[in-house]
Amino acid sequence: MTTSAEPFVLNIGPQHPSTHGVFRLRVVMDGEIIRDLDMIVGYLHRSMEKLAEERTYTQNIPFTDRADYLAAMTGNLGLAIAVERMTGVEAPDRAEYLRVIFAELQRIASHAMANGTLISDAGAWQTPLLYMFREREKILDLFEMTCGARLTTNYMRIGGVSFEPPAEFWPALQELMDEMPERTDEYASLLLDNEIFLARTRNVGIITPEDAINGSLSGPALRGSGVPWDLRKAEPYCVYDRFDFDVPVGTVGDVYDRFMVRMEEVKQSVRIIKQAVEQIPPGPHKNDIPLALRPEPGEIYSRVESPRGEIGFYLVSDGTPAPYRFHLRSPALINLTLLRELGVGSSLPDAVVTLGSIDIVLGEIDR
Amino acid sequence: MSEQPMRRPATPMLQQIEDRPGVREMLLGVPVPFKVFGAVFGLVGALVMAFIGYLVVDGRLEGEWYDVRDLGLAVQSLREWLTDQGVDHRITWIITGSIGGIGIMSVLGGWLLIGSWVERRVLAKFQIRMGPNRTGPFGLLQPIADAVKLMSKEIVIPFGADRFLYYIPPVLIFVPAMLGWAPIPWAPNMNYLDIDVGVLYVIAISSIGVLAVFLAGWSSNNHYSLLGAMRTVAMMVSYEIPISLALLSVVLLTGSMNLGEIVAWQGHYHVWVIFLIPFAAFAFLFASTAEINRTPNDIGEAESEIVAGFYTEYSGMKAGLFMGVELGHAILVGAVMSTFFLGGYTFFGLEEWVPGYLILATKIGAVYFLFVWLRGTLPRFRLDQLMGFAWKFLIPLGIIQAFIVAIEASVFARSDAPALITLGAFGVVNLAITVVLVRFWADRLGYSPAQHRTVPTLVSDGTLGGLKAAQKIRAT
Repeated sequence: MTTSAEPFVLNIGPQHPSTHGVFRLRVVMDGEIIRDLDMIVGYLHRSMEKLAEERTYTQNIPFTDRADYLAAMTGNLGLAIAVERMTGVEAPDRAEYLRVIFAELQRIASHAMANGTLISDAGAWQTPLLYMFREREKILDLFEMTCGARLTTNYMRIGGVSFEPPAEFWPALQELMDEMPERTDEYASLLLDNEIFLARTRNVGIITPEDAINGSLSGPALRGSGVPWDLRKAEPYCVYDRFDFDVPVGTVGDVYDRFMVRMEEVKQSVRIIKQAVEQIPPGPHKNDIPLALRPEPGEIYSRVESPRGEIGFYLVSDGTPAPYRFHLRSPALINLTLLRELGVGSSLPDAVVTLGSIDIVLGEIDR
Repeated sequence: MSEQPMRRPATPMLQQIEDRPGVREMLLGVPVPFKVFGAVFGLVGALVMAFIGYLVVDGRLEGEWYDVRDLGLAVQSLREWLTDQGVDHRITWIITGSIGGIGIMSVLGGWLLIGSWVERRVLAKFQIRMGPNRTGPFGLLQPIADAVKLMSKEIVIPFGADRFLYYIPPVLIFVPAMLGWAPIPWAPNMNYLDIDVGVLYVIAISSIGVLAVFLAGWSSNNHYSLLGAMRTVAMMVSYEIPISLALLSVVLLTGSMNLGEIVAWQGHYHVWVIFLIPFAAFAFLFASTAEINRTPNDIGEAESEIVAGFYTEYSGMKAGLFMGVELGHAILVGAVMSTFFLGGYTFFGLEEWVPGYLILATKIGAVYFLFVWLRGTLPRFRLDQLMGFAWKFLIPLGIIQAFIVAIEASVFARSDAPALITLGAFGVVNLAITVVLVRFWADRLGYSPAQHRTVPTLVSDGTLGGLKAAQKIRAT
């Protein structure tokens, strides 16, 4: 007796519990095995890059909040640094330290979200996600204390930051930093001895270093494959060259390594914040800049390390207060391009976990 | 900067949480009539317990119809009285059967109400959140609110669905959840269906559920449903065998397929089967989670992969029935697990004093808590891993375990040594064999925990770069 199976098309998304937003996968399934996989993006397209051409550089900062809405601070920072490099405006020393502190807090919050949803995708019924939200909530409280917003912070300015943190910010930050090592150890003890978690993530969705470099990957997806590349070290911006920290890299390049790299980066971020709090000098938090900033005609590509990888801003100025061209290099979009190679031939649960480990944010992908 | 920092909660909701009264304040705030009622209720309860204790010590309670420790006696007396009155035996059976049936259904209904509340609250505690607390005290009325909401929702039938088959599964899936309760003994005389092939009955009834699942998946005209149904059918067919093997070990040891006698055997020797055959208990528990679609084996309705699995297309109370029956199955597995492995209604002699059905209910609650715990803790297996675990691990070891238990049972039947010593020796031997076998089998399957847990390499300055740097790190 012979059996024949006919492949069928399964639409995963745009509304689906594990697509992390309005992302659509068109999958050709043969039983449990994926034979073909199409990625369809654009459901959250808001025409940010075109709209940005109508606004001044400062007015464009809120767009970067809405692009990568889980890491608004690093988006703000990327644009602020790009415009500063373009115009020659400098930020005061204290502002640079505040930028580092908030960018690293944002990295912790974003990695907590990424790792929590990854384990939820692996089937743990939201428990790890909610545990990791515990720290994220405290970080968002710190953001709220400082700039009034929790998610779309709009905190970084060209030539500084918008607000000086209030007095109660520093003890709360210290308290959080003191309990973070305990928390990360708790997650390690709960998850890394869990046989099911290991079985679901080890040797799943392997990206070789060659593939990662050819695919232009960045961030934890690149470092998980063993490539030691981090813009905070390679091209230090702000004051990252004054801190002592390490870059974690994985060995195999599977889902587990990407998870572990994020866990380790959280520890390194805590190290950076502790050093920054010790070193931070007094002074103004912002330099005065002209209301309508008119850069010289020209172009610039400037990049910073966001929690998802290299977030780059390509700006073209024609001498007017608004950019002639505003382009955002989205790390999540470029990391996502490898999903087809990873997904075809694997099973549906593996593809879902792999997608979770790439850590996409649709606001940034579609822009 | 030296002044005490002002700590303010971030949101009004957090403020509410911080301001909420502790247990002591809440008790102080209880209105006086409730306090009086509580005190009277407690006093009456203590008096009733004392009276039962007096009757038990006096020996006057044995087998009388008013023996509250065994409600089956009352029905039995009623049947005998009706027969004495010359009532036709068919009518007698219908009357007594209806009483038992209503009892079982109200037990199931009560469990469904309490269980869903317990699951949500306990899961919330595991997940450091508060859980439902808006409807009634401690959110106790939440299940009723859920049911009302589900019933008031529209039932959407998907385009292209097989309408007739689409309507059957939500009803059909309740059949095993209800019929499965029939042979469970709640007290020595208190079981609805006292049949000598109770084990076969349990196994047979538990396979009905797969039909409903497959019908639901097929008739919905949805690929998610179909995938979920395929997974569930494959899994249920595989996991019937470990369940049967685990129950076979119990049957061999206790020498009976009657559930009442299995419990009586455990009560007689004052030992639970879980201590004698731990592997069978584990295999039964694990396979049951696969049978009833619960974490870590809930691949049939894996939320992050196939949305809601076989009942994706059901809405309103039809979906509610599927969710409710999931809970009902968990409770039923708790009852079967308690009966076979945890001593049923016995508790090392306590059943003389406390009604057996309360002991069984406590055990069911404990097993159910274990299920909720697992759900709050574990990720999900993949289908191939799950099937591999059944076929490569549970079934071979289950066969070996059943073989060993068969030898032990024949030794037990022939030996003159005191039962406690023999059974204790069996327990130790079985535990040792289980440990050795599991280690051996894990080695055979190539499992080595040492390779599993790795940590990322930390790279500091000087070695940053691209592919060459990656290869250099990999080489070290």
